Amino acid sequence: MKILNNIKSKGTYKLALTLSVIGLFLTVLVSAFTSDSRSENTLEPDTRVKKDSIQSVEAFKKVYAVLQSPRCVNCHPSGDIPLQGDERKLHAMFPKRGPEGKGMLTMKCNNCHQDENTAGLKTPPGSPNWHLPPADMKMVFEGKSAYELAKQLVDRKQNGNKDLKALIAHADDGLVKWGWEPGEGRTLPPISHAAFKEAWITWLTTGAYAPTK
Amino acid sequence: MPLLWFLRDVVGLTGTKYGCGVAQCGACVVHMDGEAVRSCVTKMKRAVGKEVITIEGLSEKGDHPLQVAWKDVDVPQCGYCHAGQIMSAAVLLRERPNPTDQDIDDAMTGNICRCGTYSRIRQAIHHAASLQKK
Repeated sequence: MKILNNIKSKGTYKLALTLSVIGLFLTVLVSAFTSDSRSENTLEPDTRVKKDSIQSVEAFKKVYAVLQSPRCVNCHPSGDIPLQGDERKLHAMFPKRGPEGKGMLTMKCNNCHQDENTAGLKTPPGSPNWHLPPADMKMVFEGKSAYELAKQLVDRKQNGNKDLKALIAHADDGLVKWGWEPGEGRTLPPISHAAFKEAWITWLTTGAYAPTK
Repeated sequence: MPLLWFLRDVVGLTGTKYGCGVAQCGACVVHMDGEAVRSCVTKMKRAVGKEVITIEGLSEKGDHPLQVAWKDVDVPQCGYCHAGQIMSAAVLLRERPNPTDQDIDDAMTGNICRCGTYSRIRQAIHHAASLQKK
């Protein structure tokens, strides 16, 4: 009875309410910055982003769909021979990656792939600096789960040492944008470049959370 | 106009052949600034300011080690692909003076021979490599 009377007093009531609000706030804050069963923040702690794991994971779904399309996977293969076509078969003639990702010997990428697409079906597409990732950092997309790819994309030891700023800028890289102007007979990624770029930046600036394993 | 047709129809150098027109067969290989490019898809504007060498220019007297080796081993059957084969092999030998079979596979995989002279091509490349050392 005595305790009830105390709780009902104005001052104590206000204190209890304030403490409750603070406690709720702290709970939300902690869960956004720690691993949970739904997602994992893969960016470094000092990156200035507005973390939102739900929005981040939702955005990455769109990013992942693009990165798994033939226009991206074909040059991010698991092996050392690029893939070709919507059917993702091994590139005809089996050119190899080479140490710098620019081909080898007589089969250097730029021997056939010029600064722009060659007109006609089944002809070499083109963009300036046509290449694969180098042998010491293959940046494989083929066969990667959404979780694995999300972690890889922001790992500077696996992404060409790109920080947040460089990652954001990469959406406008020439080879990336080529994916939406691939030439005759090649399908486009599932969303527009503008939509991809928006999803990419959203994913990055909301904490680059990786989806569930 | 692709470089191939300029070379053949305008300049009159017909040693370089048209095989597929889509950079798949290698019959049209020439050297452009030392690299083995496929002239059937190479636009003329890409060749501006570049040094282009065709099979006719590989040597003055036809005595490039590969040309000698090709004769020694009697490589060609119909002969149509061999200008491109030799031009590709020339880049290989420049970059790998002592090529292994794997090097030959990697470098020559883009040159197709309908007559199937691949084993003689390999043999001739090894022979040319030994001639180069002399």
